[in-house]
Amino acid sequence: MSAPAARAAALERYEAVIGIEVHCQVRTASKMFCACAVPPPDAAPNTHTCPVCLALPGTLPTINRAAVEHVLTTGLAIGASVPPATRWDRKNYFYPDLPKGYQISQYDLPLAANGSLTVETSEGPVTIGITRAHLEEDTAKLIHAAAPDGRRVSLVDFNRAGVPLMEIVTEPDVRSAEQARRYAEELRLLLRAIDVSDAEMENGQLRVEANVSLRPRGTGPFGTRVEVKNMNSIRAVERAIDFEIERQAAALDGGEPLRQETRGWDDAAGATYVMRVKESSDDYRYFPEPDLPPLVIDAAWLAALRAALPELPAARRARYRALGLPAYDAAVLVNDEGMRVAFEAILAAGPGLPPKEVANLVTGDYGRALNETAERTASGLAGRADAASLAHVLGEVVAGRLSRANAKEVVAEHVVGGRPAAAVIAERGFAQISDADAVGRIVDAVLAANPAAVADVRAGRSQALGFLVGQAMKASRGQANAAVVQAAVRERLGRGGDG
Amino acid sequence: MPDLASTRLAAHEMAARLRAGSVSSRELTEAHLAAAEAGNHALNAWLVIDRDAALAAAAAADARIAAARADGSAALAALHPLCGVPVGLKDLVTVSGGQCTAGSRILDGYVAPFDAHVTERLRDAGAVIAGKLNMDEFAMGSSTEHSAYGPTANPWDLERVPGGSSGGSAAAVAARHVPLAIGTDTGGSIRQPAALCGIVGLKPTYGRVSRYGIVAFASSLDQVGPLARDARDAALLLHAIAGRDRRDATSAPVPVPEELLALPASDDEAAASLRGVRLGLPREYFVAGMEPGVEARVRDAVAAFEAAGATIVDVSLPHTEYGLAAYYIVAPAEASANLARYDGVRYGHAVRGGDVLGSYLASRGTGFGPEVKRRIMLGTYALSAGYYDAYYLKAQKVRTLIKGDFDTAFAAGVDALVAPTSPFVAWPLGAKLADPVAMYLSDACTLPVNLAGLPGISVPCGLSDGLPVGLQLIGPAWSEARLLALARAYEGVTAGAPWRRLEPPGLVAIDPAGPTPARRAIALPGGHHR
Repeated sequence: MSAPAARAAALERYEAVIGIEVHCQVRTASKMFCACAVPPPDAAPNTHTCPVCLALPGTLPTINRAAVEHVLTTGLAIGASVPPATRWDRKNYFYPDLPKGYQISQYDLPLAANGSLTVETSEGPVTIGITRAHLEEDTAKLIHAAAPDGRRVSLVDFNRAGVPLMEIVTEPDVRSAEQARRYAEELRLLLRAIDVSDAEMENGQLRVEANVSLRPRGTGPFGTRVEVKNMNSIRAVERAIDFEIERQAAALDGGEPLRQETRGWDDAAGATYVMRVKESSDDYRYFPEPDLPPLVIDAAWLAALRAALPELPAARRARYRALGLPAYDAAVLVNDEGMRVAFEAILAAGPGLPPKEVANLVTGDYGRALNETAERTASGLAGRADAASLAHVLGEVVAGRLSRANAKEVVAEHVVGGRPAAAVIAERGFAQISDADAVGRIVDAVLAANPAAVADVRAGRSQALGFLVGQAMKASRGQANAAVVQAAVRERLGRGGDG
Repeated sequence: MPDLASTRLAAHEMAARLRAGSVSSRELTEAHLAAAEAGNHALNAWLVIDRDAALAAAAAADARIAAARADGSAALAALHPLCGVPVGLKDLVTVSGGQCTAGSRILDGYVAPFDAHVTERLRDAGAVIAGKLNMDEFAMGSSTEHSAYGPTANPWDLERVPGGSSGGSAAAVAARHVPLAIGTDTGGSIRQPAALCGIVGLKPTYGRVSRYGIVAFASSLDQVGPLARDARDAALLLHAIAGRDRRDATSAPVPVPEELLALPASDDEAAASLRGVRLGLPREYFVAGMEPGVEARVRDAVAAFEAAGATIVDVSLPHTEYGLAAYYIVAPAEASANLARYDGVRYGHAVRGGDVLGSYLASRGTGFGPEVKRRIMLGTYALSAGYYDAYYLKAQKVRTLIKGDFDTAFAAGVDALVAPTSPFVAWPLGAKLADPVAMYLSDACTLPVNLAGLPGISVPCGLSDGLPVGLQLIGPAWSEARLLALARAYEGVTAGAPWRRLEPPGLVAIDPAGPTPARRAIALPGGHHR
C-alpha cells in the first residue's frame, strides 16, 4: 500500500488529535530582560551578552515593553482576552543552557488567553482554538563539538539567552497534518501582518512543535501523546505529522503500546526518531518572579494597541472576495506583501479599474517584474514603479488602446526605469489603433496587395485568413487592435465572398 | 602605626574636619586601615582590606575637597558628607574587579565585572571603600558562623558571635575599623548584628535602595542598608545609597528626603522632638523566651521615651506568631531559585563530576555549606508540586495578614512601634550552631518587618551583663527619616547615660598573636559542632 493510501486507511479507523505549540521570536531591538542587542543569526558566539543575561551574581531583570506589546497585539489579533494585570513566573530547572537555573516565563496569567484562528483547508474552513500566548526568554545554545585533543566537549553560546520568545499554544483541535500546516502558515502570515515577528523558520524565529495522538474514531479519551520537534519548515510540519499518524496507527494496529515521548523529525530520512522518553511529569516549581512587579495592562494601553492593528489577513481576504476576486487570487495577494501593496496602490490610483484585472496584472506581468528586482520604492512597489503608471497601463489595456503583449513590455520597462508608462507607450509606438476606419484603411491596403491570399480565403482555405490578419498587424507595426483587424478582414471578405 | 584617635570620630565629625581642612581623607583612611589590619586577626570581620584602592579613593577625595574649597563655600557644601569617609561593604555587594564571595566557597575566586548600584553611589559621593566584610553564607544565618571563611567575633566579647548575617559589617563598625558599613537585611541581618554589637543598623523600606549588584538571597525581602555608630551617620549613608534605579524593577520612584542630612546636632533639640509623638508597644514582641536583661533594657528605653513626652500605647500585631514559619517558607523558596545559577558552568567553584548532573552535584555539593543546603532543600520542597498551595501560597497569605497588622497599627495613629531587636544578647560562638531553629528564633522580632516591607532601625539601649541590647523602631513605609529622627531623639534623651561612654573592651586589649575567632570557637563548648 502506498503511503497516502496507508494514511487514508489509518484515518478511517483512527482520529488524530493534535495540539500545536509555537515559539516565536518577537522582533525587538534588545533582549527581554537586559539592554543587550538581539544578535543577528550570524553573530559570533558570546558577542551579545552582559552580566544580566549571563546571570552573574547581583544582576536583576527589567522588562522590555516592546516585547510585551507584541504579545498583546498578537492577543488582540487572535481575539484573545487580556488580563487587567499579569505577572512573571520562574520556571525552575537545571541545564547548562539556562544561566539563571530558571526561566522567566508566565504560568497562570498569560498575556493573552482563549483566542482562535480560522484557516482554509481542502475540506473547508476550520477554527482552531488558541489556549494562550505568553512571553518568556530564550535559552542559550549548546554546541557539542570535539576539542583539539579529540575529547567531546559541550560549548555554550549565550547570544540567544534572554531573547524574547512568545509561546502560542492551541487547544487539541487540529485533526490532520494539512490542518496543522495551514495553521502554521496562517499564524506566520498573521505574525508578519501585525509586524511582531519576521517569523522565519529557517532562522529559528518560528519553532513549531506538535503533540500528536490517535484515538479510535467515535471514542472520547485521548490516546498516548507524542511530542514532535525539530520541524524546520512548514512542509516538514505536514510530513512529520503524517508520518506520526501512520506510525502510531501501525503500532496501535499491531497491539504495541505507545510511549509518551518526545520525537524529532529527520527531514532527510522522512521519519521521526525518539529524543527523550518521559518517565514522569516534570516539576518546574513555578512561583511568581519576585524581581519583577506585576504588570498592569490598563485599558488605554490596550486601546492604543488595538487602534494600531492593521487589517488582518482574514479580513483582507474577505474584502478582496467582496471585490469579486476568486479565493485563489485573494489568497495569493494576501500572502505576498509585495503584490498586496501593488494591488492596493493600483486600485487606489485607478478606482474605476476592474479589481480582477488589477489582480491579473499584479500576479502576472507586475509579479514577474517584482521577482526580478530587489529594489523597492518608498511605498513598497517594485523597482521604480509608481501606482499611477501601473493603473494607466491597465486602463489602456481595458480601453483597447494597448495590447496585452505590449502592456507586459511597458510594465517591465517602467519598473526598471521609472519613466511614466504613457511616455513608454508613446515612445515605443505601442498606442493601439482600434478605430474601425483607420484599421479599415490598413486592411484595404493589405487585401489589395495580397490577391492570392484573398482568393484562398474565398476558396474556403481559412489559414489564409490568419495570414492576412498578420499582414495587417505587421503593416500597423503591431499597433492595430488585433480583434478589430480580424473583424475588418472578415467583414470585407464576407461582403465580397460567397455568402 | 598612625594615630588611631580619628577612628573614634563619627562620620559626620570626620566630614566637618575634612571640610575644615584639619584632617585629610588620606589620614583618616590610613588610621582606619591600620585599625582594621591590626584588629582583623582577632575579629575576622574583613575578607578583604583593600589598602591600595582605599588610598587611591582617599587621594581622589582629598583632591575633590581641595578643588571644592578653592571654588568656595557653596562648592564645599555641595560635596556629599561622605566624601573622604571610609566605608566597608558586606561581601555580597559587587565592586568591579574585586571579589564577591557572599561568604560562600562556591564564589571563591569569582571577580565581579561591574559595580553594584550602592557601590556606584558611594563612589559618586566620594566615599572611600575600605574592603569587603564577612557574612553568613549568602546572608543565611544570624551569627556569621555560616561563613565559608571562618566566623567573626564580637568586639564586646571575642568568644561571642557578632550576630548576622551582616556580622562582619557590625563588628567592623563597632570595633572602629570603619565608621560606616553596608549590610543587607532579609530577616534582620542588619538590625540583629547591630543590636548584638551595640551600634545602629537600619533596614530601609523595601524598594528604597536598589538591589542591583547585591547577591540575592530572597528577592522579595532583601534590602540594603547602613550600619553606623549613631543615627546621624546612618542617615548620611542612607542618603548616599537610596533612590530609584532603573536596573532594579522593584526600586521605587520615591524621592530621597533631604532631612536625612539635617538631623539635629543638639541632644536637647533632638530630645525635644519627642513631645507629642505616639509610640506603639506591640505586646506580641515581648514574648516568653526573651532574656530578662533584654526586656529590662527595652522597657527602660520605653520609659525614657515617655519621660521625654512621647505617648506610649499598647498595640497588637496578632499574626506575629506566624511570621517565623511564613518567613521560613518564602525566603528559602526564593533562595532555592536564586542560588540555582551557582552551577559551576560559568564562574566560581567548579568540580568536574563526569556528566552534567555529576558536575552539578559535585560543584554544588562541595561549594555550598550546610545552612545553605538546608534552605535550598526547604525551599525546593515548599515549591514542589502538591505542596505549593499548602506552603508557599499559604505563607504568602500569612504575609498579607502580617502586613495588615502593621497597617492597622499605623492607621490608628501610631508614629512608630517600639520593640526589642533581638530577644537575646550575643551568645557564645557555637552555642546555637547545632540547633537551627534556636538560631532562627533570634530573628523573630525582626523578620515580620521584612515580610511587611517596612523600615526598621535598631539602636543601642544599654547593656545586659556587659553585652549590648538593641531597641527596634518600626515605621510605616518610606518613614526612614522619621525613624532616624526618633533614633536621634533617643540618643539625645540618653546622652548622659553611663553606658553611652562604654566601648567594646576588645578595642583596648586585642592580642595580635592571639587566637582567631575560628580557633576560639573550636576551644569553646559546642565547638565540635562545626
